[in-house]
Amino acid sequence: MDNAFAQPQTVVVLGGSSDIARAIVRKLCAERARTVVLAGRDATLLERAGEEARDFGATSTPVILFDALDPSNAGTTIDRCFEAAGGQVDLVIVALGLLGQQSHDESDVAATLAMMNVNFTWPVAALTRVRSHLLDQGRGRILVLSSVASVRVRASAYLYGGAKAGLDRLCQGMADSLRGTGVSLQLVRPGVVRTRMTEGLSPAPFTTGVNEVADVVMKGLADSRAVIWSPPILRYVFAVLRHLPGVLWRMVMDRAN
Amino acid sequence: MNRQQLTGWGRTAPSFATVVRPSSDEEVARWLGEAPVIARGLGRSYGDAAQVAGGVVLDNSGLRGMGPISPDGVVTVGAGLSLDEIITTALPQGWFVPVTPGTRQVSVGGAIAADVHGKNHHRDGSFGDHVLEMHLVTPTGERTVSPTVDPDLFWATLGGMGLTGVVTRVTLRLIRVTSDRVLVDTDRFDTLDEVMAAMVSGDDDYRYSVAWVDCMTRGKSMGRAILTRGEHLDDSSADAPRAPRPARLAVPFSAPPGLLNPLSIRLFNEAWFRKAPRQRRGEIQSLGAFFHPLDGVADWNRLYGPRGFVQYQFAVSDAHADTVVEAISRLSASGVPSFLAVLKRFGPGNSGPLSFPIAGWTLALDLPVGPSRLPGVLDDLDDLVVGAGGRVYLAKDARLRPDRLRAMYPRLDHFLEVARRVDPEGRLVSDLSRRLNLR
Ligand SMILES: Cc1cc2nc3c(=O)[nH]c(=O)nc-3n(C[C@H](O)[C@H](O)[C@H](O)COP(=O)(O)OP(=O)(O)OC[C@H]3O[C@@H](n4cnc5c(N)ncnc54)[C@H](O)[C@@H]3O)c2cc1C
Repeated sequence: MDNAFAQPQTVVVLGGSSDIARAIVRKLCAERARTVVLAGRDATLLERAGEEARDFGATSTPVILFDALDPSNAGTTIDRCFEAAGGQVDLVIVALGLLGQQSHDESDVAATLAMMNVNFTWPVAALTRVRSHLLDQGRGRILVLSSVASVRVRASAYLYGGAKAGLDRLCQGMADSLRGTGVSLQLVRPGVVRTRMTEGLSPAPFTTGVNEVADVVMKGLADSRAVIWSPPILRYVFAVLRHLPGVLWRMVMDRAN
Repeated sequence: MNRQQLTGWGRTAPSFATVVRPSSDEEVARWLGEAPVIARGLGRSYGDAAQVAGGVVLDNSGLRGMGPISPDGVVTVGAGLSLDEIITTALPQGWFVPVTPGTRQVSVGGAIAADVHGKNHHRDGSFGDHVLEMHLVTPTGERTVSPTVDPDLFWATLGGMGLTGVVTRVTLRLIRVTSDRVLVDTDRFDTLDEVMAAMVSGDDDYRYSVAWVDCMTRGKSMGRAILTRGEHLDDSSADAPRAPRPARLAVPFSAPPGLLNPLSIRLFNEAWFRKAPRQRRGEIQSLGAFFHPLDGVADWNRLYGPRGFVQYQFAVSDAHADTVVEAISRLSASGVPSFLAVLKRFGPGNSGPLSFPIAGWTLALDLPVGPSRLPGVLDDLDDLVVGAGGRVYLAKDARLRPDRLRAMYPRLDHFLEVARRVDPEGRLVSDLSRRLNLR
């Protein structure tokens, strides 16, 4: 159960080995999280994430395997996660994502489909089921990791940014639809974060580490913010960037890359 | 059926459940076929004790009725009656409730489930110590329990937070009073040590005693306190006692909703202390003003704004009186805003495995949710309290770490055993029992 400070005890993480998710889970476990269901593709990485969670205070870290390339398994995967949690789930973190390699993927239909399935279709299908479970529970929270890349889609990463944009906008609508139900959905929009996923990319402005993101997320969870920007200043940066005329936008973004 | 969002008095951690209002033992029994299910009284516990997300909540207000009061004050009441309703009927006949918490707006069922205490615990014990018998509907049938008939179940139910079944009727003993007034002595102290010394040496001379302590002022005035102690005024010559009126006092501070901040709270505390006399003897107060000063202001909990507030209440033995001092100085140093804390002496506890009082001290303070250091400050206080062999009060709790519970309530396993006997399938569940892994 969440307590008065909205500190969850039972958490399900979809994409449990993601660096950002792990950083958030460490902080949640240092507070009250005891059962952390880790769902993802790579058993070894998930086991390792589980060990880490236990080091920080978790007592139970079941692992659920699934492959997001196949959205048809999303419903059963969520059912298995809720069953493994063994009771009420306080928080579901949707953290899976695939950055891909735009220059290759943009001319490959199969790769494009993979990008859409992992970043958009599977998460959305999963959210449908998460939503029903939480509504039945009468409470619960969802945290979806979007990206600032979804705010305005860039030429150099339009597959990733576009898929995240779909997820992000859909979640905004879902969040509104959940008002007054006891269930809530919050979005996280991190800027570039130093993780395995971004290894080798040239550093962009406002790049942060995963722990900084996790700190901002913890605060956003406690404050029930609808959209959590990390670092928070990006909210203002993107308020400007999203309205730049196309010419300027392309210039800025080309330079940043 | 009515799906409703519920919280406790602190307005934190809301959850939805189906709320039903059974009005007979049979109806209660039928609803106990559902799971998860829990009883709810007037929602005056601060946390998540009287709600169960996704389950069925039995609003006890349909369990009414009050029998005649016997010449020695024994009366049988429906568990859904409030203490306010009992007082309204009983006081004009010269009877008063043996124990009352800081509000009259609690149900008898809630008073039993939390085994509530009042300002007279050092003299008279808790609510359960005045209960002769109660009728309980459990998932495995109905029974009437008392200190001699199934005493294990009787005591487990006192303080058992509704997890042993639904109390439907209670027989208790009222106390005789000859007036509707209280004779009150007030003393103001500049330090915590002084007020604690005065309470240790003088409380036995008074039936009722409570101190308000300022936890916000640092330095010299830290822990300054106002002690009020009283007795029922003996005045057989007067008219028949009259029940307290549903008075509507003004909010005693002017902060608009959501604006309870360190500054406004400090100003309130300051005004409160300025207004108190250094010493006053024999002041006559109405029962309502003395016992339930907050009841005059409906819904004052809303003043804490949308994020709500928590109350931290703990008890420690006399040997650990320094824990009270340490807790107050930590809170005062942390800068977390809090209104006056309530300090009381407890007499010996009873046999209830989850009943809160233990002989010594209890301190309670209200804290707004918001400051990011508050959760950690309270976790540290838990450690301090556990280290001193003390405990926190489940009726007020909304944030205890589950692994601290067993250390605080060493007879927890006995409680769980009794609960399993009457509810082997674990149907009786609340958000609190889930949060604390109580079942
Ligand atoms: C302003 C204020 C001052 C207070 N002062 C004090 C004080 O001085 N001393 C003190 O001890 N407490 C105090 N309290 C706490 C309060 O007395 C307890 O929380 C009490 O349990 C509230 O009763 P309720 O009817 O509102 O019950 P609820 O809060 O609705 O429920 C409390 C518990 O009782 C259970 N319950 C309710 N009905 C039944 C039933 N029929 N059968 C079985 N279980 C049932 C519920 O399941 C739940 O676990 C105070 C609270 C407030 C708001």
